Amino acid sequence: MDQTATIDAPLLSVRHCRQAYHKEASADLIVLDDVNVTLQSGEIVGLLGRSGSGKSTLLRIVSGLLKPTAGEVLWRGLPLTGPAAGVAMVFQSFALFPWLTVQENVELGLEAQGVKKAEREERTEAAIDLIGLGGYDTAYPKELSGGMRQRVGLARALVVHPDLLLMDEPFSALDVLTAETLRTDLIDLWMDGKLPVKSVLIVTHNIEEAVLMCDRILVFSSNPGRVAQELKVPFAHPRNRFDPAFRQMVDDIYGIMTRRKTPEVQNAPTPATGFATPLHPVGTNLMAGLVETLNAPPYEGRADLPALAAALQYEADELLPLGETLGMLGFAVLEEGDLILTDMGRKFAEAETEDRKVIFASRLLATVPLISAIRAVIDQRSNHRASAVRFRDELEDHMSPEYAEETLRTAIAWGRYAEIFEYDEEAQQFSLEEEDEAEA
Amino acid sequence: MTITPSALAGRRVPNRWDMAAMLIVMGLLVGVVDVGRGTLVAPLMAHTRVIHLNPSYLPGYALRTTARMFAALFASIIFTFTFATLAAKSRRAGMVLVPILDILQSVPILGFLSFTVVFFMNLFPGRVLGAELAAIFAIFTSQAWNMAFSFYQSLTTLPADLQEAARSFRLSPWQKFWRLDVPFAMPGLVWNTMLSMSAGWFFVVASEAITVGNTTFTLPGIGSYVALALARQNLTAVFYAIVAMLVVILLYDQLLFRPLVAWSAKFRFETTATVQTADPWMLQLFRRATLFRAVGETIGGAAGAIGRLRLGAGAGVQVDDNKAPSRTLDGVWFAVILAAAAYALWRIGVFIAGTLHWGDFGTALLMGLFTFIRVTVLMGIASLVWVPIGVWIGLRPKATRIAQPIAQFLAAFPANLLFPPVVLAIVYFHANASIWLSPLMLIGTQWYILFNVIAGAAAFPGDLKEASANFRIRGALWWRRVIIPGILPYFVTGAITASGGAWNASIVAEVASWGRHKLVAQGLGAYIAQATAAGDTPRVVLGVAVMSGFVIGFNRILWRPLYAYATRRTTIG
Repeated sequence: MDQTATIDAPLLSVRHCRQAYHKEASADLIVLDDVNVTLQSGEIVGLLGRSGSGKSTLLRIVSGLLKPTAGEVLWRGLPLTGPAAGVAMVFQSFALFPWLTVQENVELGLEAQGVKKAEREERTEAAIDLIGLGGYDTAYPKELSGGMRQRVGLARALVVHPDLLLMDEPFSALDVLTAETLRTDLIDLWMDGKLPVKSVLIVTHNIEEAVLMCDRILVFSSNPGRVAQELKVPFAHPRNRFDPAFRQMVDDIYGIMTRRKTPEVQNAPTPATGFATPLHPVGTNLMAGLVETLNAPPYEGRADLPALAAALQYEADELLPLGETLGMLGFAVLEEGDLILTDMGRKFAEAETEDRKVIFASRLLATVPLISAIRAVIDQRSNHRASAVRFRDELEDHMSPEYAEETLRTAIAWGRYAEIFEYDEEAQQFSLEEEDEAEA
Repeated sequence: MTITPSALAGRRVPNRWDMAAMLIVMGLLVGVVDVGRGTLVAPLMAHTRVIHLNPSYLPGYALRTTARMFAALFASIIFTFTFATLAAKSRRAGMVLVPILDILQSVPILGFLSFTVVFFMNLFPGRVLGAELAAIFAIFTSQAWNMAFSFYQSLTTLPADLQEAARSFRLSPWQKFWRLDVPFAMPGLVWNTMLSMSAGWFFVVASEAITVGNTTFTLPGIGSYVALALARQNLTAVFYAIVAMLVVILLYDQLLFRPLVAWSAKFRFETTATVQTADPWMLQLFRRATLFRAVGETIGGAAGAIGRLRLGAGAGVQVDDNKAPSRTLDGVWFAVILAAAAYALWRIGVFIAGTLHWGDFGTALLMGLFTFIRVTVLMGIASLVWVPIGVWIGLRPKATRIAQPIAQFLAAFPANLLFPPVVLAIVYFHANASIWLSPLMLIGTQWYILFNVIAGAAAFPGDLKEASANFRIRGALWWRRVIIPGILPYFVTGAITASGGAWNASIVAEVASWGRHKLVAQGLGAYIAQATAAGDTPRVVLGVAVMSGFVIGFNRILWRPLYAYATRRTTIG
């Protein structure tokens, strides 16, 4: 199967790839901007980034499912025009067909290729055994645990003997221990040369996962998605998470991911400033909890992010938005992989429930233009009511409908907690607290 | 049982296409009538078969009736797979096809029965085939729309990750259809097929004996048997027919639908294992008995092989978000639809000009109001009766196990077979037909309210039950705050089916006869029925259009918002 001639030609190369979504009213929403990726035979490459950094979009472009707005994708030197035969994908949600048994799910890709029954069964059996699913052939996906389901997803991809295996956050829907087992099993198979694939491209937001599995990591920045840095992972398999060099690399990547955007990036085509700043959907209880944790021993106001993430059993993707939100509100500062509580944050941590609401409200009005704008509109109106629709529409001029919805939801949740306004879900209307109204 | 009734099909907002669709549908109906009108007086008697009231003929009649049902069902499935697929896959086709489907399922085709009969007789003059096809077509029109709508809905809600998986593993369109589209749609489709069959029994009985003007033509079957029994005032024969129908429905329910529903559960799109209920005996037979299993596996294997065929090109389709749909093509397409709608409008105009006046419109509207009041009052009464009973049953698992299949069975029974005894009673007591004929409209469809309420109460969360018991919530407060909100989505699901069915049934239920006694209840159904009997086609079209308007308005103004409210308010998250 190996053709020595093609070994030095890259398996896949993505050149100047750009993905934008059209928005009728305003400028394009840019998801990926000038992305270049080259994939050689024999390596595992990780695409690491926050949610919204476009890494999953890039994976869909590479798989041939999606056509990029601009730029080209070369698969074995030829332009990619659709899902290629040599590329198979493992999905975050497993994407198993609930009405097909394990065996039928695995056979699916072979059926699509028109492989004859005898060969189909033989290869399916081999893939099922390889991935440790023997004995589950006739089970339906719903009878299996999450880990077993993702093994089916893996077997289904491997059975077609793809040159390139694409994995879209394959372990993020699994619990910590199960995910770890699957990762090590996969790496063991890879190291033993038992995986019928030439190269693996894995999308993840889990820094440790990337350092544990990949030979090369492309760290993505968000808004728009770009390759911020490319790192080689120099460690040999099996890797030890507690090796100081391993820890240092994880720390460094945390630093890269929390680094402030350079002015050059901030002047990107869609400046997301002021009113239309996307808000992370972070709950107020979660914020209060983190501020309290930071204020208490052992952190005493300063925490190393990887250590904090490990202690709280959070992943970078969960902790970073939380830290950034505290930063935005002025409760904490993010610095090179550390989260440091401010005086305001300390005051908030030590306050009682009612005082906390007052502090939170003043911070929101000072730092979140969307919330102060909503309040201003309510105050202007004689009936002290304002429709949420206009705010959603305005947000959609600057971001995708999903982000607009998420941002508005978050503003509503925060504003309600801070008693800045009330919200009627049925009527989609903001109004003032009743006591405020009586005063007015 | 969380299948949305097709008439509620959620998110679709009324738009300008609805108007075009309404015109096109009405235009089509006018076209059918127009073709039929000229030959309405043709000697149809030639095809009339002699029907015997001797009960020994009944099994044969029942078989013929059932065969017509399944022929129509087959046609409906073909229609569903093609029409709905086209509507879902092609944006332009969807723009018109979906509103057309929406309108069609609200049009009381029962009012057009005589015209479709004539239409098909003209296609096959002088042959029984024409009459048979006409009957099958009539049944088809009662079955196809909601099945197609259900399939369309499924196709538009296919999980994105499974679609991506199918594409990335390069399944051909044909493979994707059988591996993803059909299985995903299966639970909804089976459920809607069951509803369709119930509606179909109603139609088959009505379509076997049709009177157009002063000619009656009959096809051998249970429907014509009952019609003759009514004409001869033979109550025993009516009774025999009811028994025969009961047996037929029991058989098809046990042999076909119970196993089918249980089997379709495996296609339910859920990733958690649910409580398994015992398989119906027929399905057990298929799964365990060697002979049956062999037969089943052969069929399954053949079906699988067909599904595996790599038909259709373009397996590697790439989504291209950048390519905006062609404006020119859109423009041409809009123009075509506009022209079709305008032509339909013109045809309708020509059709009614000279014969109809604004006064007729007013009369039809007034009649519609009568029927509207009747439906509303009946729905109110039926709800008051069945909601408490349904809740009582649903909260008791034992009672549910017994009552649920009975309620579903009753819903499948063609209510028009039960009319004669009621009619007889009205004649005997000289009761007011306008009042006492009314319950007939709901006799067949009220069961939908019952079994949906039972399902809702049975699915009521155990922790909420315990919480309300713990806080001693009882009496009126319990009804108001606990159980009514809890079953609301289920109730609305049942009520929409019941009310839609009632409108359709009014065409048969507002006019009844027993020998020489003719009973008429003032209403739109009677208006249509009488216009049909008199061969007054413009008024039939008018009546049907007004009734469609009422049904659509009812759905849009009452049921859809209520259903949206119920599902939004009574679910967490």
